[in-house]
Amino acid sequence: MATFWTKEVPATILVAALLIWIMPMIVGTFTLTVLVIYGMLGFSLGLIWGFGGILCFGQAAFFGLGAYTYAIAAINIGDSTIPMLLAILVPAAFAALLGAMMFYGRLTDVYLGVITLVVTLILFKFISSTAGPEYVIGKARLGGFNGIPGFQTLNVPGRPNDYIYGDPYFYFCAILLIIVYLLVSWLLKSSFGRVAIGIRENEVRVALMGYDVSARKTVLFSIGAAIAGLAGALFANWGEIVTPNLFSLGQSAEIIIWCIVGGLGTRIGPIVGAAGLAYLKFLLGQQSMIDNTLLTGIILVLFVLFLPKGLVPAIGSLWKVSFGRRRRFPRHGVRRLRGRSVGHG
Amino acid sequence: MACVAFAAGVSGMAETVLETAGLTMRFGGVVASDNVDFKLKAGELRCLIGPNGAGKSTFFKCITGLLTPTSGQVFMRGYETTGWNPHQVAGLGVGIKTQVPNLMDGLDVFENIWMAARRFLSMPDAMRKASEVIERLALGPIARTELGRLAHGERQRVELGLVVAADPWLVLLDEPAAGMSADDVERMSTIIREMTRTAAVVIVEHDMQFIRSIASTVTVFHQGAVLMEDHVDRVMADPTVRNVYLGKKA
Ligand SMILES: Nc1ncnc2c1ncn2[C@@H]1O[C@H](COP(=O)(O)OP(=O)(O)OP(=O)(O)O)[C@@H](O)[C@H]1O
Ligand SMILES: [Mg+2]
Repeated sequence: MATFWTKEVPATILVAALLIWIMPMIVGTFTLTVLVIYGMLGFSLGLIWGFGGILCFGQAAFFGLGAYTYAIAAINIGDSTIPMLLAILVPAAFAALLGAMMFYGRLTDVYLGVITLVVTLILFKFISSTAGPEYVIGKARLGGFNGIPGFQTLNVPGRPNDYIYGDPYFYFCAILLIIVYLLVSWLLKSSFGRVAIGIRENEVRVALMGYDVSARKTVLFSIGAAIAGLAGALFANWGEIVTPNLFSLGQSAEIIIWCIVGGLGTRIGPIVGAAGLAYLKFLLGQQSMIDNTLLTGIILVLFVLFLPKGLVPAIGSLWKVSFGRRRRFPRHGVRRLRGRSVGHG
Repeated sequence: MACVAFAAGVSGMAETVLETAGLTMRFGGVVASDNVDFKLKAGELRCLIGPNGAGKSTFFKCITGLLTPTSGQVFMRGYETTGWNPHQVAGLGVGIKTQVPNLMDGLDVFENIWMAARRFLSMPDAMRKASEVIERLALGPIARTELGRLAHGERQRVELGLVVAADPWLVLLDEPAAGMSADDVERMSTIIREMTRTAAVVIVEHDMQFIRSIASTVTVFHQGAVLMEDHVDRVMADPTVRNVYLGKKA
């Protein structure tokens, strides 16, 4: 914990500042902004899946919920400050309810996947079917498949006419990502985070130590949803429209692929995976020779086969082999003979 | 029947730390635990024996909340804990080692033991406690090694460390010495004897030599029910026990 404040925080800020300075010289800030937002979305799943062992097939649901919450609240309230906060709180509360239901119900991983998938589908179907004029929340029409355009975008708190857009919006998103990253890093170093990792490793053991596993998983799930919701609100501001596609299963699948490709169980991996693959998609979108979905599929298969741990861990071990001091793992004591079988049952 | 047992439990509460009344667990047609009445006094060391499939682990799981008994009750230090979750039972101060190793394989020895201590202690106290337990169980050289890389005997010792780190007043160990070398078994019995200074201990064990070395009262399970309960020497001399258990082993 001591080295966290003296080493990790300054190093993270330094690297991030360099990237924020250099990247706009290579890629336009409009594109960079969405890469940062996707990075945050990938990071949200990377947290609950990579560190909490919760595989959620519906992270897009929280992303979409954040975006819609923002849009609806912004139309009704005007100033963007409270809508931004609501976009974090509403998905978090929704996830807390859903999570409590799943984790206290002691569902196995398979059912957890199925339920999160179905919830995403239901939200997608529901939002898509709200074209009629009867679907209004306050002043906001849900708009069905066309989504909600024309809401108040991000402004300086208290001054609804001072919009934050263009380059400043990129810096705003990037700084938020750094803050979220540092907060999560701190969380993972805290007792709560370490126990969460313990739950990922062996849920039964952690319960047998006396920790309330269901409560802790629910909290972590909810934190992940809060981050995804924030990413959703940022996305809404970037695109200036929200549509049901935010909730789509395709989006959920993509988030999972980002995590696998970037490297599960690392903090930076899902961010890199998200930004990298999203940028690739952007480049491919400018031509029509190679099909986008096909290529994403091929990349996933190649990674699963040849780099199953993902990009960042692979680079990490490469780095260690070539630059790091060779670390040997001393095996203390010779592996003893297993006298008898370990019993039955 | 259950009511009578409960009343008896209340009257003897000062001494009895663990009691089951008519504890029964059915899996479909199999009666894995059959109307078990069991009592354990503070500071007692008790061994459970019985042939494979006798229902020892099932009995443990019903006590620890890993299974909810079909009928019957469990009492601990005045609480009725029937149907509690494992984390609630453990939260009372019950240390549990399951028959199947339950460890956090991706984490190192220190982290495993620290986590057990942290449940009941503040951050700095948990750090101190973890170091202390590591020293006491001679785990120092492997403190920073991942559990997944350890040999079986070391893993068993770490799991015992997890139990010790929480300072439990009741310890339930399901086959702690299984598959260990003679050296390891000896170290294990030393640790267990130390535990009995502060806790009541129940151990499921097959190894008769081990049971003799910690010399205690033995409860014999057979087909889910309690067959006999007496001192180890008398149990081993008993012809019925020899027949159902020892006879098969020889
Ligand atoms: N989850 C389960 N579902 C169905 N039957 C079970 C289950 N768990 C245990 N049993 C059965 O209950 C009986 C008792 O099993 P248990 O594991 O309690 O025995 P044990 O005394 O611990 O044996 P061992 O010495 O082999 O560990 C066995 O017949 C077993 O097959
Ligand atoms: Mg057993």
